[in-house]
Amino acid sequence: MRKVCVEELLIAQIATRLAGLRHVAVGVSSPIPGAAALLARELSAGALRVSILGSRKHTSFTDGSKELFDCAAQGRIDAFFLGGAQIDGTANINLNAIGGYPQSKVRLPGAFGSSYLYFLVPNVFLFTMAHSSRVLVPRVDFISSPGTSAAKVYRPGGPRALLTNRCVFDFDRSQKRFTLVSVHPGETVTSIRENTGFDYDEDQSVITTAAPSTNTLTLIRGPVASAIAEVYPDFAARVFPHACAA
Amino acid sequence: MFCSLDELVARIANGASVALGPDRSGCAMAAVRGLLARGARDLKLIGVPQIGFQADMLIGAGCVAQVHTAAITLGEYGLAPRFVKGIKSGAIDILDSTCPAMHAGLQAAEKGLPFMPLRGLIGSDLMRARADWKVIDNPFGDDDPIVLLPAIQPDIALFHARVADRDGNVWVGVARELMLAAHAARETYVTVERVQEHSLLDDEAMAAGTISGLYICAIAEVKQGAWPVGLAGCYEEDRAYLREYVELAASDEGFAAWMKNTAAVERAA
Repeated sequence: MRKVCVEELLIAQIATRLAGLRHVAVGVSSPIPGAAALLARELSAGALRVSILGSRKHTSFTDGSKELFDCAAQGRIDAFFLGGAQIDGTANINLNAIGGYPQSKVRLPGAFGSSYLYFLVPNVFLFTMAHSSRVLVPRVDFISSPGTSAAKVYRPGGPRALLTNRCVFDFDRSQKRFTLVSVHPGETVTSIRENTGFDYDEDQSVITTAAPSTNTLTLIRGPVASAIAEVYPDFAARVFPHACAA
Repeated sequence: MFCSLDELVARIANGASVALGPDRSGCAMAAVRGLLARGARDLKLIGVPQIGFQADMLIGAGCVAQVHTAAITLGEYGLAPRFVKGIKSGAIDILDSTCPAMHAGLQAAEKGLPFMPLRGLIGSDLMRARADWKVIDNPFGDDDPIVLLPAIQPDIALFHARVADRDGNVWVGVARELMLAAHAARETYVTVERVQEHSLLDDEAMAAGTISGLYICAIAEVKQGAWPVGLAGCYEEDRAYLREYVELAASDEGFAAWMKNTAAVERAA
């Protein structure tokens, strides 16, 4: 069998964290989380409901693009995924601009639904495939959405973990800090420290991120690959060339 | 109500605020090219809740003064190059928002209300950037801060749909954000693939996804009117064309060449 790539490793890792949930939603520009949600649905024998923005087939929504947000506010969505061109050590995310605002050196697409969903969805997984000290920074240039809030701010939701192309951090909401829990094959606690711009804690026993089982890998490369290709054809063609050629 | 594409485009005045949907929702791309060809000026674009290629093309052509949106995104095609340039140079103003805030503002207008409350947002830099957003103490709660957003009433909602009928009803199916935009806007202009003779409201199944002609002010029949971004359930996006656009739009010269070529193709059509 072909070697497990980092995308597949992350798809399996995220899926593990979605076990037992009722409804997972996936936003724009999120092919790996989308594939992970589809995998989690396969592993749940269809019990998990998955709603992928941009999909006509894998969605629960019939009332336009507002429905995701209304659902989230009612507690009907258990998990969501957010990225960031910058993410800092208190889990603030930046999707708007780097180097000045509103006239910016680097202008990004915008906050999308993050400034709302981050507050309301109980399990938000932060995600980036560009783990470096330029992305994981001490302080974001622009807070598209804060990682934590003052006690009186209505906030049933927030960050649970940060998954990257190098490692997995858990987030402790009361401490407002990340903890390194596993490193992907080829990485070490030292390489993570060198490539991370914010300070974080280390778990007492940082492990190597577990590779997916053969069964899981078969699901990823089979039904998951063909389903995610509907929304992310370029991603699917790159990561699953065999599935897409079939 | 029924008019030519040129007449529809001519009704979009310079300086108008225009609500536009994301690339997969039904975009009046032929009408957008009409605005480019006319050299429209000072448009204020409103994302429902975000915008893609339409915004990038209009910004590149200098048609846009301000963008109010949750994001400008070309999806898998990458960053919107002309938007990025417009922000860097300060040529356009940006009113950054978040998806449900766009929806909520439009819903306020739909209901004829001055504002709408919304959860989230507190502690974000969006709150600092948006002087028009206010935090109040929930009058029904106990020390519960909540954000109020002013209504968003676009001058015009502009989109493309599969079918209209002779009464001016327009079917959008599950793309109900377009219905929201039409309800909120002062006027709604639509291009459609076809106009059918019998009423969309006669069929219960179709009526549920139909915007009443009550809201629609202009309809132009334009086959392939959403090309190149595609129309859900009708035709796919033209991936080769969109890729080429993004490559060209990366530079000023490339974008100018794209504009010139687009104008030539439109004249020939």
